[in-house]
Amino acid sequence: MGMTIVEKILARNASLDRVIPGQIVEARVDVVMLHDIGTPGIQRPFRELGTGKIADHVRCVIVPDHYVPAPTVQAAENLKLTREWAQSMGVEYYYEPGRGGISHQIMIEQGHCLPGQIIVAPDSHATTYGACGALGTGLGVTDTAIALGTGQLWFQVPETVKVELTGELSPYVSAKDIALYLLREFGEDELIYKAIEIAGPATERLTFDDRACIANMALEMGVKTCLFIPDAETLSRLRQYRQNVPDPVRPDANAKYAHVAFIDVSLIPPMVAAPHSPSNGKQISEVVGTRIHQAFLGSCTNGRIEDLRVAARIIKGRSVHSGARMIVTPASQKTYKQAIAEGLIQIFLDAGALVTNPGCGVCIGGHLGLIAKDEVCISSSNRNFIGRMGSRQGQIYLASPAVVAASALAGEIADPRSIEEN
Amino acid sequence: MIRGRVWKYGKNVDTDAIYPARYLVYFEPAEVAKHAMEDIDPDFLSKAKPGDILVAETNFGTGSAREQAAMTLKFAGIGAVLADSFNRCFYRNAINNALPVLSMRGISQQIDEGDDVEIDLEHGRIIDHTSGKEFQAAPMPELLQKILAANGAIAYYRAHPAKIAEPVKSAGAACVGESCRE
Repeated sequence: MGMTIVEKILARNASLDRVIPGQIVEARVDVVMLHDIGTPGIQRPFRELGTGKIADHVRCVIVPDHYVPAPTVQAAENLKLTREWAQSMGVEYYYEPGRGGISHQIMIEQGHCLPGQIIVAPDSHATTYGACGALGTGLGVTDTAIALGTGQLWFQVPETVKVELTGELSPYVSAKDIALYLLREFGEDELIYKAIEIAGPATERLTFDDRACIANMALEMGVKTCLFIPDAETLSRLRQYRQNVPDPVRPDANAKYAHVAFIDVSLIPPMVAAPHSPSNGKQISEVVGTRIHQAFLGSCTNGRIEDLRVAARIIKGRSVHSGARMIVTPASQKTYKQAIAEGLIQIFLDAGALVTNPGCGVCIGGHLGLIAKDEVCISSSNRNFIGRMGSRQGQIYLASPAVVAASALAGEIADPRSIEEN
Repeated sequence: MIRGRVWKYGKNVDTDAIYPARYLVYFEPAEVAKHAMEDIDPDFLSKAKPGDILVAETNFGTGSAREQAAMTLKFAGIGAVLADSFNRCFYRNAINNALPVLSMRGISQQIDEGDDVEIDLEHGRIIDHTSGKEFQAAPMPELLQKILAANGAIAYYRAHPAKIAEPVKSAGAACVGESCRE
C-alpha cells in the first residue's frame, strides 16, 4: 500500500519506512513560527520545559502581527517581550513591524516553508504553508514550546481526503469561492483531524496566492493540514529565497484515501458565508442586497497582491458607498509596496477607502476597525464567528476580494459580475 | 475521580466563544480563568462549580489554536469536557493542560443538562447517575492518558526527557475509534 503526502512527510520525519492513519509517531519539527501572542504564550511552558534554548535543527521565525503597532500598553509589553526574547535566543528570522507583515504571509513569501517540511505555529492558520507542500499545522503554546525546545513532537497520522478539482472557474469566481464552496460541502466537522490533498487539473491553473488562500481557509473545515503539490510557480518563488529547495512530496499512485471528492469548479458561483459560521455558505444570489456598513479587504486569507489587484480593478474610478466604509490591509510590507508601485493603493484612496498597515487587527477584532452593534461587515477574511470582528451583535459575511469590492461600492452585498468593468 | 454537574452546549462551540480574542494578551492563570465561556454563556462562571462537566455536540473547540480556550476551562475548575467530537487543536491543548476530554458520537443526545455524571477515563466509561445510564467510549490512547496523569505535557516531558513517546511501529496499535482525535 502506498502513502499519501502527509503520510510520507510524517514517516520521513519520524525516521520510519511507513506509517498508517491512527498511528502515533514522534516526528522531527523543521520550522516553528511565533508571533506576538505565541511568543508571550510559550514563555511559561518553555521555561518549565527547561531546555533553555531552541533545538539546533529548528528554524524559528518570529513575526509580530496580531497587535501591531501596539493599540494598548499590554500589547506593547507583549511586543517588547517578543522582540527581547527573539534577541536573547539569537533568532535570526525576526520581522519587526514595518519590515514584515502577517506572519503566515511572511512564512510563504520569504521562503521559510519548503516542500516536505513539518512546520508548526501557535496559530491555527498554519495550514497556509500547505501551499508550499509543507505539513503546516497549528498548535497550542505548550506543544509549540516542546517543538521549539526538543525539535520533535508527537503526531497522530491523519487519514487523507483527496479533493480533485476539475473545470475552469467562471469570471469573478476565485480561490476563495472554491474554499467557501468546499466548506459548505464538508461543513465544519466532517474533516476534523483529517488531512486534505488538493489535486486535479483545475489545481494546475491555481496561482500560488490562490493555493495559499485555499490552504488557509481549509482550516475552517477542522483539518489538520491541507497540502498542494508545489508547481513551477511555487518552486520558482521559493528559489528566490532558498538555494536548495527539495523536490515536492508526491502521493503514491496506490495511496489510500479515506474519501475522494470531485468538484467541478466551473459550477461554483461567487459564494458568501453568512453569519456565524464559515461553513454557512450561500450562493451570492441568496444574499445580494444585504445592507453593509464595513467592507474589509485583507487578512492571511485574502490580503495578497492578486487580491488587491482584483479589488482595485472593480473599484477604479468609483467611490465607496456613502453609507459604508472600506478598510484595506495589505498582507505584508512587500505586498504593500508592490501595491503602491502598481497604483493600487492610489485607487483605494481615491475611492475613499482606509488603508492600514499589514496585520491581523481588523480580522480578529483587535483594533483598526471593529464593528458596532447591529453593524454588518463583508470581509475577505476567514472567520465570521459571533463577536469575531467587534460587537457580539455585529454580523459578518465572508466573501472573495471581488465580492468585498463590489459590496463596498454598492453599500450592500453585491455580485461583482453585475458591475461593469472599467 | 471525575464527577460533577453537567452544563450542555451545542455544536461548533468555537474558541472565540470559549475564550474571546480580546483577552488573548493574557496568560496568567487567574486572569485567563475569568473569561471562560464569556461570549456564549455570560453566567457560566457564576453557576459552574469546580468539578462540573461540559457536554457538547460536535466540533467543540473549533476555531483558533489559542491554548487559553483549554486553559480557561482548566483554571476555572472544570472537571472534564464530553463531546460528540472535538476540534483537533483544542483536543491537544486540553490534554497538554491536563483537562480531561473524551469524545463519543451521540453522547450529547444521551445526557441532560443538570445530570450528575461520572467519568472513568482509563476505561472510557461514562456513568450518568441521574438517569442511571452507562456509556462506553473508546479508551484514550495510552500516551495521552500518561500525559493527563502527569498533570500535563510539560510535566510529562520533564519526567521523560529523552522522548515524548516511543514511536509506535506496529500498525494501527495506537488508536481506535472516536476518542482518538489528536
